[in-house]
Amino acid sequence: MLGRTANSLFWMFRYLERAENTARLLDAGLRMALTRDIATAEAEWKSVIQTAGRRTEYEAKYDDYNGQQAWNFILRDKDNPVSVMDMIDGVRTNARAARNAISSEVWEAINDSWMQIKDLLARPVGQGAVGNVVASIRQAGTLAHGAMAGSMLRDAGFHFARAGTFLERADSTARILDIKYYLLLPSLSYVGSSLDTGQWDNVLRSVSGDRAYRWLNAGQIDARGIVEFLVLDNRFPRSLAFCHSALREELLALARIHKTQGECNELMRQSDMRLTDLTVEQVFDQGLHQFLIDFQNTNAAIARAIGDDYRFHI
Amino acid sequence: MSEPDDYFDERSDAGGTIRPAYAAYDDWFQQQETQALRRKHREAEGQFRRTGITFNVYGEDEAEERLIPFDMVPRIIGSAEWRKLSRGIEQRVSALNAFMYDLYHRQEIIRAGRIPERLFRNNAAWLPNMVGFTPPGGVYTHIVGIDLVRTGPDDWFVLEDNARTPSGVSYMLENRETMMAMFPDLFSQVGVETVSNYPRRLAKSLAACAPAAATGKPVVAVLTPGIYNSAYFEHAFLADQMGAELVEGSDLRVIDGRVAMRCTHGYQPVDVIYRRVDDEFLDPLTFNPDSMLGVPGIMDVYRAGGVTIANAPGTGVCDDKAIYSFMPEIVEFYTGEKPLLPNVQTWRCADDDSLAYVLDNLAELVVKEVHGSGGYGMLIGPTASKREIEKFRKKLVADPENYIAQPTLSLSTCPIFTKSGLAPRHVDLRPYVLVSPDKIDITPGGLTRVALKKGSLVVNSSQGGGTKDTWVLKE
Repeated sequence: MLGRTANSLFWMFRYLERAENTARLLDAGLRMALTRDIATAEAEWKSVIQTAGRRTEYEAKYDDYNGQQAWNFILRDKDNPVSVMDMIDGVRTNARAARNAISSEVWEAINDSWMQIKDLLARPVGQGAVGNVVASIRQAGTLAHGAMAGSMLRDAGFHFARAGTFLERADSTARILDIKYYLLLPSLSYVGSSLDTGQWDNVLRSVSGDRAYRWLNAGQIDARGIVEFLVLDNRFPRSLAFCHSALREELLALARIHKTQGECNELMRQSDMRLTDLTVEQVFDQGLHQFLIDFQNTNAAIARAIGDDYRFHI
Repeated sequence: MSEPDDYFDERSDAGGTIRPAYAAYDDWFQQQETQALRRKHREAEGQFRRTGITFNVYGEDEAEERLIPFDMVPRIIGSAEWRKLSRGIEQRVSALNAFMYDLYHRQEIIRAGRIPERLFRNNAAWLPNMVGFTPPGGVYTHIVGIDLVRTGPDDWFVLEDNARTPSGVSYMLENRETMMAMFPDLFSQVGVETVSNYPRRLAKSLAACAPAAATGKPVVAVLTPGIYNSAYFEHAFLADQMGAELVEGSDLRVIDGRVAMRCTHGYQPVDVIYRRVDDEFLDPLTFNPDSMLGVPGIMDVYRAGGVTIANAPGTGVCDDKAIYSFMPEIVEFYTGEKPLLPNVQTWRCADDDSLAYVLDNLAELVVKEVHGSGGYGMLIGPTASKREIEKFRKKLVADPENYIAQPTLSLSTCPIFTKSGLAPRHVDLRPYVLVSPDKIDITPGGLTRVALKKGSLVVNSSQGGGTKDTWVLKE
């Protein structure tokens, strides 16, 4: 497989994952806004924009936070350096570049979704349509992953695509955890207190983990439990442990196919050693924020190493 | 302009009697309900959009990718007629190859005074680097598209030779796929020669042209300028169908005298490159130094027998319309036979007498730039305004060598499916020809382009034309 094609597959699925995660975030925002009064809804939309990493750009353009403005900014605004539409375009552009490394089913799933979302985002999205848009974006990911699972040869391309998926997903969960933990509370003394229960609930919703968590914890919501769930529980497909375990498998598969281990495998091993036998107490002792920053840095280093090991670039 | 009735209609004669080639299709068509056909037509368009069969249009941001309209009434050619056409095409293509060899070697045809030397001396596609070099297997044009037009029952003419990088073959294939998906019953009633093995035949033909340095099974790659090229879909499609890599210039580099592609495993040598980038972008060391599309040093590897480039650099000489005007002489010179497929009558404006005639008759003629393509830079006299004609006259007088002129042809018509039923529209035909050292392989069918506007003679996709599935009937 060409290095350039591997790069396209990797990024195609990173963008897809990013778009899907953004849709989840919006979903959580919508739900929060519907269950709050206007003043708090404004704070919630601010947190959504913050979590999406677009606060600077948003505030350069707008003075206040309201739902319609916020979701349109995230979904389709030209002043947003990476809107959801840009991500979906990125997915399709990479799919086009890797056209003969993906099955026609995957291509058609991507192209179909692209046409649909482009159409939905052609004009500003109103209150009545936003739910539909968010559902379509999430569905795009589901369709593409389903088409992948059912039609793609399990060759290097498949593993590059999956590595992109899990790397991005781990990154996204870490970012959501970090920003909620660090920025939403009035002060650090609120950490672990019952005051932030509602916000932790929203964290769970942002990663579609609320139902799974309630199921496992009989409805008990507290920071410790949620951090343990999202960092260490390898049964939940968006936890850091799950994503890293999946990423490790993909990188090992690539090493087997290429008959050699690379720097990415070595970094992965180091990261695994840090996560093995880790307890939630140790995470808090280290400081959740510091832990998450380290985790994201490791992720970035692994992504760089994958590109170097497999000749993504000249 | 005259009414469509004055043109040769391929489906039926002036009295409305269905011609033999269309008989079986017509039987089927009579049994169909118009409503159902309309629905099928809409489905087909949706299908094209989903599969992403689009071409890019330069300079239009919003319409970056467009569909070429597809018409679901097939264009049908009888088997005896196809045999006749094939012989003519084969003759022409072998003459083209012999001509290329001669031009880059002893130039017998010029010594014999059959064509003037200025023809290629002034030709931008002429490559001095190719002089004295013989491509692997002696093949210059591996993939050829010959544009044909028809004016009567037995009157086929060659309108253009596309020896450089003929495009559109993916439409031939996808049109057939779409037709088979829409009307499976039709194909069980009418025996149609298959076209779907074209990619396999292409892969085989290219592999048969492997260079001296190739060991083992030849590695074939398709070289594309990238996803923003207007024919990118076709490049990806062909690579996919051949099981070949689709490479860009940045994927390739010269290592140890071979051209190698950057794979996740490391660099792998490539034996045959089916390039879809123009000569001038192939090698920044030899041609355009600013080009990022090509591979530095590839021409040296090529000349040393390390790689096959298909089509060979310098083949574009044959696409020149001034060369075209000499094709009857060229065919006779190399085959010793009269051309089976005639040219359209052509005035070379470089000749004073011809120029005078052309200037006197601009309103009746089609005037084309010698190197132009795709319907750009031409004058269609009968539909042009007085002002356009006068503007063009000035260009023509200023640089007569740059133009040829042809009569407006009475192109044959085929029916298309319109809101009000079948209606005749003008068509042309581009069959695809593969050349390997021991074989000229013509796919039975080709791309039929059709003018969708009533009365229009312009079939180019860049000018709003559509395409049709093209059937060659089984014997």
